[in-house]
Order: sequence, then structure tokens, then C-alpha cells
Amino acid sequence: MNTKSLYQEVILDHNRKPRNYGTLNEASHHAVGHNPLCGDRLDVALNLENDHIDDIAFQGESCAICKASASMMTTAVKGKPLTDVETLIQEFREMAIGKLDLESPHHLGRLTVFSGIRDLPTRVKCAILPWHTLHAALNSVTTTSTEARNDPVHATAGKA
Amino acid sequence: MKIIDTSIQPRKIQTNSMEKFRADFPILKLKINDKPLIYLDSAASSQMPQVVIDRLVHYQTAQHANINRAVYYLSEIATSEYEGARHKLQKFINAREDREVIFTSGTTDSINLVMHGYGRKFIKAGDEIILTTLEHHSNIVPWQMLAEETGAKIRIVPINDKGELLIDAYEKLFNKRTKFVGLIHVSNALGTINPIKQMIAFAHLHHVPVLIDGAQAAPHIKVDVQDLDCDFYAFSAHKLCGPTGVGMLYGKAAQLEAMQPFKGGGDMIASVTFEKTTYNVIPHKFEAGTPPIAAAIGFGAAIDYLSTIGMDKIHLYELDLLNYATELINDIPGVHIVGNAINKTAVLSFVVDGIHPHDIGTLLNQEGIAVRTGHHCAQPVMQRFNIPATSRASFAFYNNKLEVDALIAGIRKVQKVFL
Repeated sequence: MNTKSLYQEVILDHNRKPRNYGTLNEASHHAVGHNPLCGDRLDVALNLENDHIDDIAFQGESCAICKASASMMTTAVKGKPLTDVETLIQEFREMAIGKLDLESPHHLGRLTVFSGIRDLPTRVKCAILPWHTLHAALNSVTTTSTEARNDPVHATAGKA
Repeated sequence: MKIIDTSIQPRKIQTNSMEKFRADFPILKLKINDKPLIYLDSAASSQMPQVVIDRLVHYQTAQHANINRAVYYLSEIATSEYEGARHKLQKFINAREDREVIFTSGTTDSINLVMHGYGRKFIKAGDEIILTTLEHHSNIVPWQMLAEETGAKIRIVPINDKGELLIDAYEKLFNKRTKFVGLIHVSNALGTINPIKQMIAFAHLHHVPVLIDGAQAAPHIKVDVQDLDCDFYAFSAHKLCGPTGVGMLYGKAAQLEAMQPFKGGGDMIASVTFEKTTYNVIPHKFEAGTPPIAAAIGFGAAIDYLSTIGMDKIHLYELDLLNYATELINDIPGVHIVGNAINKTAVLSFVVDGIHPHDIGTLLNQEGIAVRTGHHCAQPVMQRFNIPATSRASFAFYNNKLEVDALIAGIRKVQKVFL
């Protein structure tokens, strides 16, 4: 695959100017995600109101793929009901490991700019970490890792 | 800053003086993403010349049987080739005798052998083990496991901002509880060559044995274990143009004889009854089960190959490459070399402002350039410099200045993507 198609303008733009970057003064849900293979870490904080994500923020040290994925994730889930968010988490994970049929109906929209990651097994976890951390926060798990046993990419991705 | 080696002034060596050896490596003719492969990750694993590949094929085609067992032709030739490889290693590192060379599965296995064979027998609660900030995880974790089991303590030698060990601090760590020193010869993350001869001599003043992790040294500089006077020296074949799955541990005969076996099984025994087992003599005491015979013979062929070129010539050529690359990389704004020791092997760890190493690695791969990115199994080194990871280009004698130029152009191209 052409790596350049992954490092395209939309991803580079979100890396340069990440949206919803920072912390929330008060958060109903919060989690820290680690990728122990590369040392990256990401904080995700959010406020849930009436089963909707009212506000969300992230911060952390990470590569461009991870940061852009986190930034685009926050814009995608902000204001959405929980059920939609769970669908997006599921679909994004499946897309990243090449298990989502992009020709069939899905809800990812612009997030498909990350579809090329499936051809870079060592980088799949970079794209997934924010979503993984969001999932943990919503399930009241305060710390998680791409190496967590329930991580669907644990067995498929290589070492970074 | 420029790297200036005060001990060895690199002569100017024509790039083409090594070009004929480069041609010995079939993998270097590969194209990756339609670009010629530029392999700059020899510190992780080196490539294999045709002569070693041929040796493996010949062994499997015409010489293979299990060793040390049968009286028929194939077993005899396999045994003699396997022991021949041990002899080549003995010569290569200038050990006193062949029996001081143990075949292991690699450096990690060698260090674990010393931990179990020496450490578990001789290191007790309250004893102290000295390690350094520069150690690879393979020379940290086994000793942590021992410390946890026995109640021994680990003391760490710090480094300065250039990535050099603080020798004064090392010497101050010694006391009557000090029982062992584990020391990396050359840092895999930074390339620092440590003054191990001096450090070994100091440890011996306190009657403390020293294990040297030579994984990154043996492929690049001449190693003479008698001159160093180390008690143990470990390295892997696959970083010296040999196969994976085999490595060696040198140990002084007296140390090896005093140690307990690590693994039990066939070949490591003199006799077995259910009442009592008598162990075999060294080196066999430490080689339980069928060893990686083919890989060990390939290891021997790789040693022959490197000896033909000459380790001193390899070292000087690589220093010339390092100086050339260091100068060019320092000319790129926003790029910083991590590890600027006066004495270095050809390892360039670097960070680029605003760009994560993994993005650099993925984009350089697009140019056919293979560099390692991450913490290099040396997280304490990364913590010392307060960074999560670096990009690392590591050079071997089969690399050339054109490849350095390609790396430099590649880094500039990555920076443009992120402008």
C-alpha cells in the first residue's frame, strides 16, 4: 500500500492542530491508554449527559497517526448518543484490522482516511489506541493498554 | 557536535574498498516499495552473506545428523563441524581453550545461563549486583528476577548527557556486599563504547566477577577476552552475519566449573541413575539437549567470513561512515542525535522536532530505508533522556556513503511532509 495515502492532508492537519486537545474541568468518565510497545500514552476525558457525549477531550504523547485518530474521534463522537458511539468504536476497530467491508453501509464517514492502516500491522495499534481508551472510559476502566487481553488487535498486530 | 574518536583516528577509507564485500549479501539487491533496500538496522540483526547461506545449505544437504551420539559417518562429521565452530569462536575472541565457549540460543540465553548458573548459586540476600543505565533489558530483567528471588539488591551506574558511563560513580558503588557486575560493552540504543577493560580491572580489585554483554560490540570491534580479563562475555550470531537461534557465552573455565547447570537433559550428564546424576564436564554441562547444530556451524562460517575481512578494518570503515553520517545529520535543522559519546560504534539514534519516531520509520520505509524506531529494549536509557523513543540508524561494513546520503534525503523528505 502507499503510505502517502495514509499521511494525507486531513490526518496531517489533525496532527498539527488537534481538535478537543486538553482536559475537561469536570469529567464523568476518564481513562488513560498505553501502548507499551512504543511508550505512547493518551488521556481521554468526557462528560456523559442523558446517554450522550456532551463534551470530550484528549491529550498525550503520541505519533501523528495516534494523535490524528484521537482528534478525529473526538469530533466524530461529540454530541452523539452512546449507542452510536459504541457502533463507531466497533466499526473503527474492524476497519483498522481489515475486517470491515468498506463497500457495505457503515457509519465511519471521514474516519475511513485511516483504512490504509490495515496494511501496516505495526501501526494498527497507533490508530486504535484512542478508541480503545474511549471504550475503557465508557466502561469505567481507568487504565487500559493495547496489550490488554480483551484488545481485539492484540493477536494480529506486530511489535512496534 | 562532531564525533571525534581520540583513541583511534579513522583513516580515510575509500567507500569502494568495502564494495566487494557488499556484493556478498544477496538481500541487499532487494527493492522495497520500488526503491533499492537501504538496510540500516544491523544493530537489531545483520544480514547474511552468500557464503554463510551456502554453508547452511551444505550442512543440511550433506552433513546433518545429531551430534555426540552415534558412531556413523554423518554423526561424526556433524560433531566435528559443530566442535570446529566452537574452535573458530575460541580463536575469534582469544579464549584460552575451546571448553570456555558455550553455545547458547543467543545473548539473552547466555545472560540467563549466568544468572541461573552463577547467580542462584553464589548471590544471597543483601548482596549487591551492579548494572548500568545503558543495559539492554536482557541484562536487567534476569538480575531483577534473581534479586526478587534472593533478596539481593541492584545498583545502577548513571550516565552523562553524552551517554557515557560515570566511572567515578561506578567505583563508588563498590562495597563489601558487591558480588557481581553486569556491563554492556556497546550500548545498543546509543552506540557508546564503554571503557570495560578499566571497569573490569576495578571490579577485580574487589574480587567481583564481571559479565559483559557484547551483543553490539563483537560485530564491530575486536574482542580479546584474555586482554579484557572479563569473567563472562556473551553475544549472538545473528548480529555477526550468522543465523538466528544461536549465540555464545564465554566464561573463564574456573567460573564455569564452579557454576551449577542451568538446564537439565541429555548431553549435559556423565551418568544418570534415579539415585544420582553426575554432570558432564564443561562446555557440555551447559549444553543440554540437541543444540542448534546447523546454526552453530553457520555461526562458525560467519566468523570465518568476518575474520577474512578483519575486525580492525571493519571498525575503521564503520567509524568513517559514522563520522560522515553524524556531520550530515547535524546539518539538518530540528534533528538531534541522542548519544554523543566520544567513543562510539556506528549507531545514530536521533529525534526530530515535532515528529514521532514511528512516523519517521513508516515514511522512511516508503523510501526503502529500514531504520529501527522505538525504545530499543533500553527503556532506562530513554527515561534518562526523557524521551519515549528514538529513530535509530545503525551501520555495518556493507553499508556505504550513498546510503547515508539517502537517509539524510529521507529525513528531509519526512520533515517536508510535516511542514
